[in-house]
Amino acid sequence: MKFRIAALAALLTVGLAGVAAAHEVTVGPLRLTDLWTRATPPGAPTAVGFLTVTNTGTEPDRLVAVSSPGSVTGEIHEMSMENDVMKMRALPAGIEIPAGGTVRLAPGGLHLMFVTLKAPLIEGDKLPVTLIFEKAGKVDTFLHVLSIGARGPDGGDHGHGVTQ
Amino acid sequence: MTALRLVRYGAWALVAVAAVAAAALFVAPSLWPRTDAVTIGGPFTLIDQNGATVTEAALRGRPSLIYFGFTLCPDVCPTTLFDATNWLKQLGTDADRLRFYFVTVDPERDTREVIAEYLSAFDSRMIGLTGSRAAMDQALRSFRIYSRKVPDEKGGYTVDHSASVYMFDADGRFAGTIAYQEPEEEVLPKLRKLIAGS
Repeated sequence: MKFRIAALAALLTVGLAGVAAAHEVTVGPLRLTDLWTRATPPGAPTAVGFLTVTNTGTEPDRLVAVSSPGSVTGEIHEMSMENDVMKMRALPAGIEIPAGGTVRLAPGGLHLMFVTLKAPLIEGDKLPVTLIFEKAGKVDTFLHVLSIGARGPDGGDHGHGVTQ
Repeated sequence: MTALRLVRYGAWALVAVAAVAAAALFVAPSLWPRTDAVTIGGPFTLIDQNGATVTEAALRGRPSLIYFGFTLCPDVCPTTLFDATNWLKQLGTDADRLRFYFVTVDPERDTREVIAEYLSAFDSRMIGLTGSRAAMDQALRSFRIYSRKVPDEKGGYTVDHSASVYMFDADGRFAGTIAYQEPEEEVLPKLRKLIAGS
């Protein structure tokens, strides 16, 4: 249950310019980085969320739930492209974070999904989120709201999936 | 004797079935336009975000880009519309010679008011199209767009759909696709060629 917000204090003193998505959160043996989302078009009912989870521990864990005061519900989803067809599915069992492994929730693959937004997400804002891991427990943090077409926290594509 | 007669009737029945099947094969293509494998594009009657009727006639006179999506789609649709906004910006005044259509695959939720609001985040020249379910199904058939409603566990649904942008020349003929997240340096020459050829 214990967690600490590592780089956040330093980040706030430096100021936000140029280091838009550079905070890091630790919860148990899990390290959360690249926490970001995109600004949403007006009236759009949904938003995505992305992050990278690194498990420095010796036991697998599982991201089982997400919620945000910014939306009615939070879900965990996987998107795939098959023969040019975009498919999206909820993952009710969540996402396993293998021991010693890194899982990236990134465009084109695994993502958080916020359904029925209470207000559009505005670039430069922060979306508060609560993530629940099966073993490491609950962590309150936020996602940096980047531009409406952002492809990644540093403008590049980190790819997606699981590496071990 | 009776058995022989039964066999004879049976044989004639088979002949009749074969004749009907042959006739069906002959007639079917005209009843089922999807068997025509080369045509992408065809009749549709939809309304734009301002309530004006738009038909296949709108695809003539200028080249067009058509993208099918829906406003509940959180990843592919807004990023594609954002990319397209950038293409139009990069093309400068040439972009005025193109039309860009965003066609919903979810007309039940994407009313023209919803689409108008949604598109306000993107290039102001984009035209959003919606219509009745029947009108939309006709349009999806004409463009050979894959679209399927998939129920979720909470009583809602998402829509699987084709993710490419379709290009049409000024005669309304299909002129290729732009893939999801295709790099801008590949997209812009395609668009310049499309505009120059029209």
